[in-house]
Amino acid sequence: MTLEPILEVCHLSKSFGTHQVLRDVNFTVHPGDVTSILGSSGSGKSTLLRCINLLERPNQGEIRFHGRSITGRGTDASAYRTRVGMVFQSFNLFSNMNVLENCMAGPVKVLRRSREEARARALRYLEQVGMAPYINARPRQLSGGQKQRVAIARALAMEPEVLLFDEPTSALDPEMVGEVLAVMRALAASGMTMLVVTHEMAFARDVSSQVVFMADGRICESGAPDAFFSSPSQPRTREFLARFMAQ
Amino acid sequence: MERVLALGQDMALLWTRYAPLYLSGVVNTLLLAVTATVLGCLIGLACGLLNTIPIHPQDRLPRRVLLRLLRAVIRIYVEVFRGTPMVLQAVFLYYGLPYFTNNAMRFDNVWAAALLVVSINTGAYMAESVRGGILSVDPGQTEGAKAIGMSHVQTMVNVILPQALRNIMPQIGNNFIINVKDTSVMFIIGFTEFFAAHRYITGVNPMYFPSAAIEMLGYLCMTLAASALLRLAERRMDGESSYELVQADALTMTAGTYRRRPRPQDEGGALT
Repeated sequence: MTLEPILEVCHLSKSFGTHQVLRDVNFTVHPGDVTSILGSSGSGKSTLLRCINLLERPNQGEIRFHGRSITGRGTDASAYRTRVGMVFQSFNLFSNMNVLENCMAGPVKVLRRSREEARARALRYLEQVGMAPYINARPRQLSGGQKQRVAIARALAMEPEVLLFDEPTSALDPEMVGEVLAVMRALAASGMTMLVVTHEMAFARDVSSQVVFMADGRICESGAPDAFFSSPSQPRTREFLARFMAQ
Repeated sequence: MERVLALGQDMALLWTRYAPLYLSGVVNTLLLAVTATVLGCLIGLACGLLNTIPIHPQDRLPRRVLLRLLRAVIRIYVEVFRGTPMVLQAVFLYYGLPYFTNNAMRFDNVWAAALLVVSINTGAYMAESVRGGILSVDPGQTEGAKAIGMSHVQTMVNVILPQALRNIMPQIGNNFIINVKDTSVMFIIGFTEFFAAHRYITGVNPMYFPSAAIEMLGYLCMTLAASALLRLAERRMDGESSYELVQADALTMTAGTYRRRPRPQDEGGALT
């Protein structure tokens, strides 16, 4: 028996003014999939992820969540976002709240849970990312890696069905990348459905179940990570991988 | 030197005789300035909030028209009240209203009229400050809030406004201090604040400069106290610069709690 897809991106196009960023993008995500979206800067991968979270409105095409379109008029974007979480490159932790409040804000204000329940939930996920001792700290007092782990806990506290990661380690020092990737590996192993825009080739190769390579707003090549990394079929892909392996 | 000495003596003399009058002026000035600043901030907050509701091209037409209209109305309000002297606004409201309506409408209460004029004025200034305060908050904060499913109102109330408010505290302080001083023009409609006390006292005796000196000192004391209180409030809003680690697992090596020293870059060097 095959599972129903959880997310379907169909003929998606997006342009800012005259600049076309996404051209006819198609792919499908099944529950439990870890999809790595690769590509050089400006290839449209972040915009794609932002479209999926409705932070950007696509000009054409459709995104379906559990078979229902979310890009048409009359979709409740807020309700949808409670089920599809997002982790940003620049963390975007609420700087007027401490770590615990950051993780409780969603469950209390949006999901209307009691404070006790939200607190227990926040602590559970903060524990999972190893940030439970820091509940009283303010975001400005944390390192980049710590902030990103809190941001992941904040997204997890909503208990979403899908988590989107927009270059979660790109703003971090090399020594902090590891701690965030470790958290993400554990998440993937627990069966979370994840879409990850990343430049971490090792992560994409070892953790993902499918790899999507974008160039000039199109999907240039996609497939299982083994085949993608060992025998890429497109010249653009080979060029891209060669550049990364050389580093 | 003799002049200064004589001035001091005259001031003391005036104070012993008219202290209750000066003091009731101080009380009225402070009451008016505080309430008008609070009301003005609320007006400014409302205007700033309405002004920053995003208008998307994909919104329905009536909503877009309504929002544009709202922005235009707020713009006119801000420009008119920021662009005309408060004295004249008071005159038009207090004397002009009965004149133009043949006494059908007038203010029976000087307090109400003064409060209205000063609040509306403060509101006009604060509307722009609040707008600036909201725009100064990193757009990432809005995205972070949206990403956990917050609506526009929830985002504003829980995330953006607390930060915007902190950012505009210096402006709120500015406005309050301006209000303490500028309420003096309300003597024009017969409001008995601190400066009105001076006008009354110098009307019944010739010691003009000693009384003016008392006024100077009085206003300075009020504004200095206000500055100090505002700084205290700002520091409280910033919260503690250190935090305590909570050791949830008693078996880990680092037993107990300790305080972490703030690093210089945490503070951005802007505080204390």
